[in-house]
Amino acid sequence: MKSRSSTLQVKVNRGSQADQYFQTFDVPADDNQTVLDVVSWIQQHADPTLSYRFSCRVGMCGSCAMMVNGEPRWTCRTHVKKVVKADRLTIEPLRNLPVIKDLAADMDPFFDKWVAAGGRHHPSSTRADPIAKVDPTDKARVTADASIECINCAVCYAACDTVAGNPDYLGPAALQRVWTLYNDAKDADKFSLLDQVSGMGGCHSCHSMGSCTHYCPNELDPMSAIAGLKRATARSFFKRGD
Amino acid sequence: MMRPARAHPLWLAYILHRISGIILALFLPLHFWVLSLALTEPARLDEFLTFAEMPIVKLAEIGLIFLLAVHAFGGVRLMAMEWLPWSAPQKTLAAGAVGVAFFVSGAFFLQVI
Repeated sequence: MKSRSSTLQVKVNRGSQADQYFQTFDVPADDNQTVLDVVSWIQQHADPTLSYRFSCRVGMCGSCAMMVNGEPRWTCRTHVKKVVKADRLTIEPLRNLPVIKDLAADMDPFFDKWVAAGGRHHPSSTRADPIAKVDPTDKARVTADASIECINCAVCYAACDTVAGNPDYLGPAALQRVWTLYNDAKDADKFSLLDQVSGMGGCHSCHSMGSCTHYCPNELDPMSAIAGLKRATARSFFKRGD
Repeated sequence: MMRPARAHPLWLAYILHRISGIILALFLPLHFWVLSLALTEPARLDEFLTFAEMPIVKLAEIGLIFLLAVHAFGGVRLMAMEWLPWSAPQKTLAAGAVGVAFFVSGAFFLQVI
């Protein structure tokens, strides 16, 4: 299929947090072109000072997520043809995060919340013990497996309106991580996991808008994971800390 | 500022639930005040009831029933979604809740005309 025109009009966010503005570039259109290709073309041929972040280019690393025409996406796995409207593209850094420069969002708040949610493994045995046997068909294991493919790209974090409105909210990715550990038979401290996500900004802040699940490029379902935490914390509350 | 990512059924179900809740919260005090007229000013209540018989007011009531239905079924949907571990896509539920709301308000409409 031929492109309708040979150039794309690409509006790109420039500047840092305090001073942001749009700059428009004319980029040659290709039959096969990702949004990351477009950004790279601008940096290589139009303005070498353009800052953006990417690494693997194949949807493995999760570092190239940006807002494309207002929607959070992996730019490397987004074909221009899929999102372009009348030969125009608008590219911005991920929503709900401070901007370092141009298209590079500051991921610190996202990772800080990952740590704050307590998504860390609590060992149930030492290296001297034999390897734990885990049945892959076990119900809890299947639930845990559902979310282990998260690569921390923060697309869900950028999509979430609750994150936008509540600076304390841990966000879909961090909460989903805790749900995975909660269902992991090898994790020894379920209570501390629930404790860390049941306070202010925890799983009960979620309004189930579902944008996380809708936009997750790995087709994970953080909304249901958070609903799982809501059930688990409520059950723990009524059983007085089970 | 960038346009947030919102155009999907679950978000629309969320906002419909919130807006119907706010409008119902505004309506309820008014509703109770009118009911209280039965005790305080019966004549004024009768006057209002005559006004409420007008077709245009009846038509407006359908909106009210729709809000009530959409809010109730939206709540049922939310509780089901969070308390029962659904595996099927929840947007079917969201669409279903709105569908049932339309059905209930439609049934009310057929009854009043």
